[in-house]
Order: sequence, then structure tokens, then C-alpha cells
Amino acid sequence: MRQTALYSVHEIASSSGVMVREYASPAGTVFAVGWEGLFVPDLQQLLGAYFDQYQEGVKEQKASYVGRRPLNLQLPGLVVQMSGRMRALRGRAYVPGQIPVRVKLEELR
Amino acid sequence: MRNRIPIALLTASLSLSGFLIGCGGSSSSPPPPPPPPPGNNVQAVAVNGGPVPGQIYPDGAFTSVTVCVPNTSTCQTVDGILVDTGSVGLRLLASAIPGLTLPKMTGNGGVTFYNCVSFVDGSFMWGPVAQADVKMAGEVASGGSIHLVQDPTGFTVPTACSNGGVDEDNLNALGANGILGVGLEPLDCGPACDPSAGGTAPPVYFSCGASGNCQAAFVALAKQVNNPVVLFSTDNNGLILQMQPLSAPAATATGSLIFGIGTQSNNQVGSAKIFTLDNFDNFTTKFNSQTLTGSFIDSGSNGFFFSDAAIAQCAGNSIAPGFFCPASPQNLSAQNIGVNSAQSTVNFSVGNAVTMFQSNPGDSAFPALGGSGFTGSFDWGLPFFYGRSVFVAIDGQTMPAGTAAPPWWAY
Repeated sequence: MRQTALYSVHEIASSSGVMVREYASPAGTVFAVGWEGLFVPDLQQLLGAYFDQYQEGVKEQKASYVGRRPLNLQLPGLVVQMSGRMRALRGRAYVPGQIPVRVKLEELR
Repeated sequence: MRNRIPIALLTASLSLSGFLIGCGGSSSSPPPPPPPPPGNNVQAVAVNGGPVPGQIYPDGAFTSVTVCVPNTSTCQTVDGILVDTGSVGLRLLASAIPGLTLPKMTGNGGVTFYNCVSFVDGSFMWGPVAQADVKMAGEVASGGSIHLVQDPTGFTVPTACSNGGVDEDNLNALGANGILGVGLEPLDCGPACDPSAGGTAPPVYFSCGASGNCQAAFVALAKQVNNPVVLFSTDNNGLILQMQPLSAPAATATGSLIFGIGTQSNNQVGSAKIFTLDNFDNFTTKFNSQTLTGSFIDSGSNGFFFSDAAIAQCAGNSIAPGFFCPASPQNLSAQNIGVNSAQSTVNFSVGNAVTMFQSNPGDSAFPALGGSGFTGSFDWGLPFFYGRSVFVAIDGQTMPAGTAAPPWWAY
């Protein structure tokens, strides 16, 4: 675990090739998760109560365009982004209103 | 310091120890077409709007493939196949080959092996692994595995595969009859899915009974869905995807897939610059003083995708959500840097997608199409290929003397 004055980061490596990072405020609230590796991690587990919102949002967004691209899902109270290719995936999800002040989005990966 | 953090975003319901990645044409029987001339390694590609009637797939490069029941002349040719240097393996909608019955990969106890692939737009493809011979140009990939995309009958796609995403199991959802993955790797999963990996099987291959009960499963390398190119008898170490130069929107654009690297007079590396890659097959792009270490070239992305807060995005309810809509065309520049320190500067433009689509009705080729991507990576999509020959050197294959060990890109 790494810790800064603003948040702590917990890294979890799975046996099947994905690294997950959790970003928690000093009060213990997880305000962001990031991942990278061979596969997309279990998003239901990772997003918890936000999973249904993600599921609805991605369905709606995918229906709004023709083509293939990185995910940039900006929902009320939830942002989910993914990039990469097969076997080299990365992504993050965060709750904008919960990010401690002075934390830059670039730090969340 | 706390030693226990809830794993789910803003919830405390799951323990860390619980975290294991759980997601983890027409039929042509006789007469057979005349064989192409020997040495034909060139397959035509076109940006043509794709195969869905009444719908334009912007900046999608499509080709056709012929799939055959192994070791027979029972074949079907399918067009509208998206050429994708960002994935590996041929994935065909089962509905596109209604007249062809391909043998499925089965295992002990009557199980069938299924494949699952998740794409970074939140979509997924599911379906059985099937054996097929795959033919393109004068090349034949014999004895390989492909992914036949179709929903299971009698049970639903396991959540470990769907993972909250969108099922691209039909022509309208996929916008193509299939995806031809000709990326940098020989297999779609590789050692991580081989039984020798041990531990938990990744959510790529599943063994399912007739009524479901699907379990993530290991599949030996030799049976995994493969890059068709590596099973060609010659010209099997890589490929070139080249598209015509294009400086303005056009109805269509043409190009070629040229198989092999340094194997024939038409696929020599010549003066192309080679960019070697990191363990995730990425290189670095420097853009706007950002150093983006997770960058890549992907013909299956239909635009330049990168993060730039200074460029306006198209409205979410416009005809081009997710693309950039600057007030005037932006002429931009970036540097690509390989692990081998090779560098090149790429000049490119990003225009207003709504204006481009509205002003060019019916067009499908847009050299200045871009959209917002994820911080940390630059996704050089299909527009990057206009006016370039991009070499894809496949990991583990034998390259011409004097060139770097693969995988690498060159252009």
C-alpha cells in the first residue's frame, strides 16, 4: 500500500494477470479504482453499487454510435474509462464528487 | 495505516481475499473458384461503410475471408469483415455462415469450449471455438481455431464473460460480419490460458455443458483461437496494412493487406522505421508534453483517440458523440518512440466530426476523425493508416535478418 497525504493506494495483483488499484480517502472511502493487465477485472465486484449504472450507461452509449473506440463513460456521479487492446487493457472508474481536493485525475490509473 | 480497504467502489461489502478475477455470404459448394496465382499475398481492403444496410461505419476497414470445413472444399466467403490490428483471431458471426457447419471444440464429459472477448468500448463477443481453414488472397491457414459468435441456446452468457457489457452477437450490434484480428500476437490468449499457467483460469475460455454450468477453463496453446497469419504455409511472420493517401473525406478508400514481412518483393521492410514494444506490446507517444506509455496502433479503432481537454467534444446528443468537434480543424503533432528508442514525428489533423458527417453524406472515409480517449494512451486508429504502410511483426515469428525480434510495428 502506498499513502500520500491525500489518499492511500492499495494494489492487488490477481493470479490471472490483472493489477487493480484502489484509491481511498483518509476517511476510508474508496473514490476510484484503476486496473491494467491481460483482462478486464470483474466489474460487478469492483464497481459494487455502481455496477448497474455502468451497465445501463455502456448499453446506451454503445447504441449511440457506429464504430469501435476506447470507453469514455461520463455519467452523473460516475466516470468509467477503458483503453488498450486485447491482452493489454487498462481502465479506471471514479466518483467525481468524492475525489479529495488537489488530487489530479492523471494520478488515478 | 489501514490494512483493509473495501474492494468495491464506495462499498465495504467485499473482502480483499475475495478478489480473484472472476470476470474475468452464400454457400459455395462446387464449382470451386480457380486458385489464385502462387505467391499471391495481397488481400484487398476497403473503407466502404461496412455491411449493415442503411448504416455507415466511418473509418472501418473491411475485407472478406473464406472459411472452410477443415480439409474440405466446403467453404463460404464472407465479406464485411473488420480488419483489426488491435486483436488476434478470426471472429465470425455464426449468422454469417448459415450454410456451413464447422466442428466445435469439445472436451471430456460432453462439454463445449466457448471463447469470450471483451473490447474496451464495453462490448463483448461470446461463442464456441470452432475449427476451420481460413483463406485470404492465395494463403491458407489450415488446422486453426476461430471464434464463432453466437448466443448459447439453453442458457445465458455467463456473467464472468458479459461483465456488464454489450453483447455484439448480431450484425447490427457489431456493424460487421466478423472481426479479423491480425495483431501482434499469434494467439488470442497465449500462455495465460494454457494449463501450465496454473491458478485461476482467465475469463477467456469456458467449458460449458448442454445446460450451461460454464466454468472458466484452460485451453492448450495449440487449440486457442489463433492469428490466421501464423498458420499460413508461407508469408506467416506478419503483415502490412496499407491504405491509400487521403486528405479529405471520401465515399470510400482502398487498401491492401499484404501478408509476410521480407518474404516477397512486395513486403520488404526497406526504409520503414521499426518500433519495438514493451511487455504489453505498447510504445510511447509524446503529445502535448504528455508521455503516454500505453500507446498503440489499432486499425480497429475508427479514429485517433487521445486525451486533450483543449479540443471540444461533440455533444452527446449529436450525430457524432464521443468524437471531437473543434471549431476549426486542429493540426497536431506527436512523437512515437519505440522501446528501441526509434522515434518519428506524426503530423495529423482532427476536424469537427459533426460537420464532416453532415457535409459529406454517404462518405465513409474520414482522415481527420478523432475522439476523446483515456489518459495514458494514444490510440492510433484507422486514420493513421491513410497514406502509410504499417508493418505488424508477430511475436515469436522469424523476422528478416537484420531486423529486431518481434513484436514490433514499423512504418
